Amino acid sequence: MNTTLLLVQALNGLQFGVLLFLVAAGLTLVFGVMDFINLAHGVQYMVGAYLGATLAAMTGSFWLGLVLALPAALAFGLLLEWLVFRHLYARDHLSQVLATFGVILFLNQGVKAVFGAAPLQMPVPEALSGGVRIMEGLLYPTYRLAILAAGLLTAGLLWFLVERTRAGMLVRAGASNAPMLGALGVDVNRLFMLVFGFGAMLAGFAGVMAAPILSVEPGMGDNLLILAFVVIVIGGIGSVRGAFIAALLVGLVETIGRAMLPDLMRLFLDPSAARQTGAALASMLVYVVMAVILAVRPAGLFPVRR
Amino acid sequence: MRWRDVILPLLIFAALALAPFVGFGQGHSLTLLARAMIFGMAAISLSLLVGGAGLISLGHAALLGIGAYAVVVLDHARVTDALLVVPIAVAAAALFALLTGAVAIRTSGVHFIMITLAFGQMAFFTASSLALYGGDDGYTLYGRLELGGSRLLEDRLFFHFACLALLAGTWLLVEALLRSRFGRVLRAARENEMRARAVGFAPYPFRLASYVIAGAIAGLAGVMLANSAEFVAPAYLTWQRSGDLLFMVILGGLAGPHGALMGALAFVLIEEWLSHLTEHWRLIFGPLLVLCVFFMRDGIAGLLRRG
Repeated sequence: MNTTLLLVQALNGLQFGVLLFLVAAGLTLVFGVMDFINLAHGVQYMVGAYLGATLAAMTGSFWLGLVLALPAALAFGLLLEWLVFRHLYARDHLSQVLATFGVILFLNQGVKAVFGAAPLQMPVPEALSGGVRIMEGLLYPTYRLAILAAGLLTAGLLWFLVERTRAGMLVRAGASNAPMLGALGVDVNRLFMLVFGFGAMLAGFAGVMAAPILSVEPGMGDNLLILAFVVIVIGGIGSVRGAFIAALLVGLVETIGRAMLPDLMRLFLDPSAARQTGAALASMLVYVVMAVILAVRPAGLFPVRR
Repeated sequence: MRWRDVILPLLIFAALALAPFVGFGQGHSLTLLARAMIFGMAAISLSLLVGGAGLISLGHAALLGIGAYAVVVLDHARVTDALLVVPIAVAAAALFALLTGAVAIRTSGVHFIMITLAFGQMAFFTASSLALYGGDDGYTLYGRLELGGSRLLEDRLFFHFACLALLAGTWLLVEALLRSRFGRVLRAARENEMRARAVGFAPYPFRLASYVIAGAIAGLAGVMLANSAEFVAPAYLTWQRSGDLLFMVILGGLAGPHGALMGALAFVLIEEWLSHLTEHWRLIFGPLLVLCVFFMRDGIAGLLRRG
């Protein structure tokens, strides 16, 4: 494990981290503002990837696909909200977990029925193909750098929206006391719907961007969802800033752990066993980090004051 | 007296006992019924947590899987006597429940859901890393457990009644627990933790005890599941499986262990029926789950009570 490899893994980790952040941001806002556990948030990411891949194939252009997929993901999120989720805001967490679990079953099977079980391919856009020389002997794919840049940009934009605009102020007010906000004359249900649609669009955006480098397949959102939950729990539920830092942390731990642990295990085990054990330990590492952080700070790194 | 809560399970047990002799005696039907009864045990143990203690665990499948993997590890070491395997498997699941529960029960609400999910994922990844036991592909057992040297469990009918006896025993145990002082403390702490504390009951040890008991029962169900399929895979431990178990509990209703019992039986039978109708049966199953949450708040038990 030399510096070059470590740098590549760190970049991969950060890039995975910003994707995670885009999914976790919607999740943490929806949970923070509406006290609503949405297990189906991961399928928004999957739906985004499918929309992007399909629309890009239809129009023949990555960019048109991306631009069209965003409003489509937003519309899809609003449709789900109208059909299912808004009937669950007043229910307990158990009902929310179960009903959104049902939505996952339906949508995972739905894309399998429509697109088949085989992964879909989405080409990397022409302008972003190729690589960038970061240092001597290290060519890093431009597209991956673009994901990192787009993710950081979106995070900055989100920070601005939440901290510096009136809509963001209402969201923060809703997170700390929704009934009071309603009493002051704000249409809380409309605010909920907006936050929900926005979160769905962010997850869809992450899905479109991930589509060219990951395989677009049914159930692709499930594992990401669990990691996004880990992120919002580590970051402090409801905190966008916490989600950002936790997402980068989880992305780095997951990616670097995956790259390094198999090598580390080789010191104790034979190569094939080392690879498998190392990969499993790397998958567990994130949860260990979460357990340790929660043991020290039960409300996460940046708890939202209520 | 809630006589229905007792009569209903007894009727179900009687029907299950008669089933092999009234046209459900073929291999396929018996395998299906065994699966239903095994998940019934697991669901009843989860209902002790969800309905009794108010602990919503999204990692219950891990405990089932640990019981199943204990069978695998011992099978690989050629230890196949039930009298040895069952206690070890149950103890392993109970130990895992004790260690993870000790941490998880310090949290509450959504954090508890997430932490049990995280521990479940840890167990899942551990299982998929066990290269010696097939890793992701799973492990095929040499055969079912022996009972004091005899291969009785290979006999379909005997296995059917073994499952039935364990299911009935589980129901009886959980029902008795919930009716006891222990169960009343659990429910009191669920309804109002502050008041429970005020009258002198710290909920923590009671909740942890219920978590360990539920884990032990789930481990036992895992042993039976491994023996029923003669195959164990990490897929037993996925969080989706934990979601299925929660659905069984809610489908049946939270009024008591009889709800989970009916929920598990209904779940397995509906799943079987739908998967015969269409390959894409989850397209029906998912919305069904949503509709159950919307309109059947008290589950099947609630419907029967009203009817």
